Amino acid sequence: MAEEVPEKDKPAAPLTEGGAAPSSAPGAATPKPDVPTAAVASPDAPKPVGEVEISAPAPAAPKPAAPAPKTAATAAAVAAKAAAPPPVAQQTVLDNELVRRMKSQFGGTIQEAWLDRKQAILVVAAPLLSEIARCCRDDEQFDMLVDLTAVDWPKREKRFDVILNLYSFAKNERLRLKTMVSEGESAPSVCSIWAAANWLEREVWDMFGIDFEGHPDLRRILLPDEWEGFPLRKDYDILKQDTAWVQANLGIESGQ
Amino acid sequence: MDEYSNRGGSSVSTTELGADEIILNMGPQHPSTHGVLRVKLKLDGERVAGTECIIGYLHRGVEKIAEHRTYQQFAPYVDRMDYVAAVSNGLGYCEAVEKLLLTEAPPRARVVRTILTELQRIASHLLWLGTHALDIGALTPVFYCFREREEILKIFEKYCGARLTTHAFRIGGLQYETYDGFEADVKRFCADFTHKIDEYETLLTLNRIWVSRTKGVGILTAEDAIALGVTGPVLRASGIKWDLRKAQPYAAYDKYDFEIPTREHGDTYDRYLVRMDEMRQSQRICMQAVEDIPVGAIMARIGKVLKPPPGEVYHSIEAPKGELGYYIVSDGTVQPYRVRVRPPSFINLQALDKMARGGLVADVVAIIGTIDIVLGEVDR
Amino acid sequence: MLETVKPYLWPVLFGVIVVAVLPLLAGYVVLLERKVMADMQARLGPMRVGPHGLLQPIADALKLLIKEDIVPLNADRVIFWLAPVLSVTTALVAYAAIPFGPGFQIADMNIGLLFILAVSSLGIYGIVLGGWSSNSNYSLMGAIRSVAQLVSYETAAGLALISALMMGSSLSLRALVMAQQNQGVWFIFCVPIAFFIYLVASIAETNRAPFDFPEAESELVAGYMTEYSGFRWSLYFLAEYANMIIVASVATTLFLGGWLRPLASVHLQIPGTRMEILDLIPPLFFLALAGYCVLRAPRQPVAVQKVFMLLVAGFCLLLAAALGWSLTSAEFLPAIHGAFWFLAKVFVYIYAFLWIRFTFPRYRFDQLMNLGWRILIPLALTNLVGVGVALVLHSARGWGLFPAFLLTTLATLAVAGFLVNEGDKRLKVVAVGANGE
Repeated sequence: MAEEVPEKDKPAAPLTEGGAAPSSAPGAATPKPDVPTAAVASPDAPKPVGEVEISAPAPAAPKPAAPAPKTAATAAAVAAKAAAPPPVAQQTVLDNELVRRMKSQFGGTIQEAWLDRKQAILVVAAPLLSEIARCCRDDEQFDMLVDLTAVDWPKREKRFDVILNLYSFAKNERLRLKTMVSEGESAPSVCSIWAAANWLEREVWDMFGIDFEGHPDLRRILLPDEWEGFPLRKDYDILKQDTAWVQANLGIESGQ
Repeated sequence: MDEYSNRGGSSVSTTELGADEIILNMGPQHPSTHGVLRVKLKLDGERVAGTECIIGYLHRGVEKIAEHRTYQQFAPYVDRMDYVAAVSNGLGYCEAVEKLLLTEAPPRARVVRTILTELQRIASHLLWLGTHALDIGALTPVFYCFREREEILKIFEKYCGARLTTHAFRIGGLQYETYDGFEADVKRFCADFTHKIDEYETLLTLNRIWVSRTKGVGILTAEDAIALGVTGPVLRASGIKWDLRKAQPYAAYDKYDFEIPTREHGDTYDRYLVRMDEMRQSQRICMQAVEDIPVGAIMARIGKVLKPPPGEVYHSIEAPKGELGYYIVSDGTVQPYRVRVRPPSFINLQALDKMARGGLVADVVAIIGTIDIVLGEVDR
Repeated sequence: MLETVKPYLWPVLFGVIVVAVLPLLAGYVVLLERKVMADMQARLGPMRVGPHGLLQPIADALKLLIKEDIVPLNADRVIFWLAPVLSVTTALVAYAAIPFGPGFQIADMNIGLLFILAVSSLGIYGIVLGGWSSNSNYSLMGAIRSVAQLVSYETAAGLALISALMMGSSLSLRALVMAQQNQGVWFIFCVPIAFFIYLVASIAETNRAPFDFPEAESELVAGYMTEYSGFRWSLYFLAEYANMIIVASVATTLFLGGWLRPLASVHLQIPGTRMEILDLIPPLFFLALAGYCVLRAPRQPVAVQKVFMLLVAGFCLLLAAALGWSLTSAEFLPAIHGAFWFLAKVFVYIYAFLWIRFTFPRYRFDQLMNLGWRILIPLALTNLVGVGVALVLHSARGWGLFPAFLLTTLATLAVAGFLVNEGDKRLKVVAVGANGE
């Protein structure tokens, strides 16, 4: 997936019906936590590009004509210098009762709160994830863990986003908790809060290699136990794996 | 047995066996596991002391594939997850991407989507009923259920050309107009269907043997269900009256009048009753919807190249098996950055340990059947 | 020399006929089952091999005969060979005592019923030896389950049969049918509960659904027949269906009047002849069947089917002719018509078996054992006492037959209701207990 370079500031036409806000910052991804209060104050906070660099050979999926991918360093430098991109209408800061209560209880560990397409997202610091989750379950009545997953942003310093989707039956509300962990860092497990997290965390381990501290039985769930590598990471090279397997098991060169 | 409490089935190994315990393997190939599922049972005499599910035999890396396809190219892949209810998968995905694009399908498309999805729900439940009854030993309902399912699949085939993996919907609406006679077909099916459900109920609901095989078997309390993230008919049979079609309506569900069947005991019999009632309610929705399909466009104006603004969305629907959710992260390009499918069967299967423990070995097959899993969705 | 051999000629001939015909008959009962199953499941069943699948059993038998003969490693070869043979032999031997007609019996023993029960029990050895000699844990477990089930229901079946015995005052099957003829009533109308108990017990005896847990799921593996294939397996299969025919025959003989025509004691003669109106039913039935086939023949889609229907019509006409001719001959009338009625009743009983198999789900093993020991046996005992009381009332106190039996049947039904209720209450407690852990 090639990115459009931010310095060209090409609007990526959102192609929405009824033409909503002008295009977002091209290729913008979720905001990083190291742009603090500015984000809360104005929705125009620069959103650096989370570039995706795929190791060669590139997959055969058809891509729009795009320039060669730039390295992360250049992009970050560029992003920091980039003028504030036009506001992204579907992402607005969230400052409701819930956020205020959480912030008053947990202070700075609630790093960000915003609405993306009217869905509430809270970014929290990783070490306190299980306390915050417990507070969500007990005080804020988010009694069901709907989903627990992760996203890989390899260009970021803390490359993994661990995402918890919560639902409250009483309030009929959803909440997304996000936390960032870097490679090798372990996230706290929420198994003791919601039993549903057991297999979900195992799957995240299996696919991303994120360790969950406190999980009773963290091992692969979908892939065979002896599998090497974490497939959903962006730098997981399928072709290399295939060639290696063919070499090891069939003793020939793969024709791919 | 403490180490097995609340673990969702941790590993069952021979080193931890007590004196009278054995491990029984329900291998990946088994007529009653509805796909390639391996369950290791730790038995204490006749009672199940622990279960461990080993899945992944059908893992095809759908989420990884999504990152290398455009949004429209990925749509046929979602059918193959819960292949028994492909239309629902498609609905969830298309609606999620539409949310990402900040757009909506036109009213006509929404109503037709509702009709097809409810027909698919009936088809999925029919397949569940047939196979579940077959596992418990009733040899006849499966043929009747497949006879009904055949009618629905014919409607799908006439509509989009495929019976099973339909790719019926497109992002933004529908590709095909409904064919001539679509309303007549649906009406005819729905008119017949009530008698047919009554037939199945006659065979099973008050049958002493059926009741004694399913009542009190595989009980899941409401608390456990919520803690385990269980959704769908399993949750409703445990007493929680919750259905995404009513709580957070999507497609055209807010226009129609239907009930949410619920029971309290949370055993296999209750799950059976809930699904039977759900079929009736689906038929009711179809009857209402097909009376009044709005005229108009079937596709939103979103152009051919879809590049949603960067951001993320989580959208879920009430699939026949539970809450099917799509968490899609877009980075502004034509290919999604991350697609996460929240698979109801995967999460419901975790509850197997809770339901089977303490029961008899002979009931494990019934319990697996009653959760209604499709391995394509469990493994993706 | 001839004098010593002569008394044995007819029995030997009958024996040879039975042994030759019975496997074929059992094979066609299998086909019948498949066709009835298909009919109840809204489909057609075997249609390819022979017209309407009529040659299917032949094809199956041939296939099984030419299959590879597999014996598991470390299995006890002698017993592995012996077990199915034992099953089949006992099934065939039990036919010695069954009366198909008044003179139509291989051996009219004065302990006929006891003989049949004893020999059927021997068949259980075939199952347990088969399971044990397969040298497989799961086969053994399945076999033992099967045997436990059979033994439990044997008791209930025996107790039910005793009721009929008490009515007929003899163990000889022939005498029992004669008793029904003399008393002018089939025993089912006097002791319906005993018939019902025997029906349920015989389904369990033959390992049929809803009591086929050991065969069908058996905790995730098949039962005692797992390691058997080819001809050995077909012997087990044959034994199962032969057993079905035996229990049907026993039930027919004891409860349904054996070879007696319905309303056997009603003699409505056709004026001017010595034939009875009711005796015209068998030939008329086959004539009607032939007529139906002839009517439907033109509507068949394929030429082969047309020919087939006409052949069936011809066959029915032949049977009608035979039955009609025997009306004129007083010597053969009881035998041939007796055989017709006997087979008709056996067919109805087997149809009930098949119908029940495809309607009900199967019982779990513990529920099955529960039913046998806690409900059927106490009920059979109660029924026995009731029959005794009724007979005393009838013979010693001069009550009519029907009032006496009505009273005791109602009393036994009340006991049945009580037992079933207790069983349900116990189930609830057990279920709560199991899931409260």
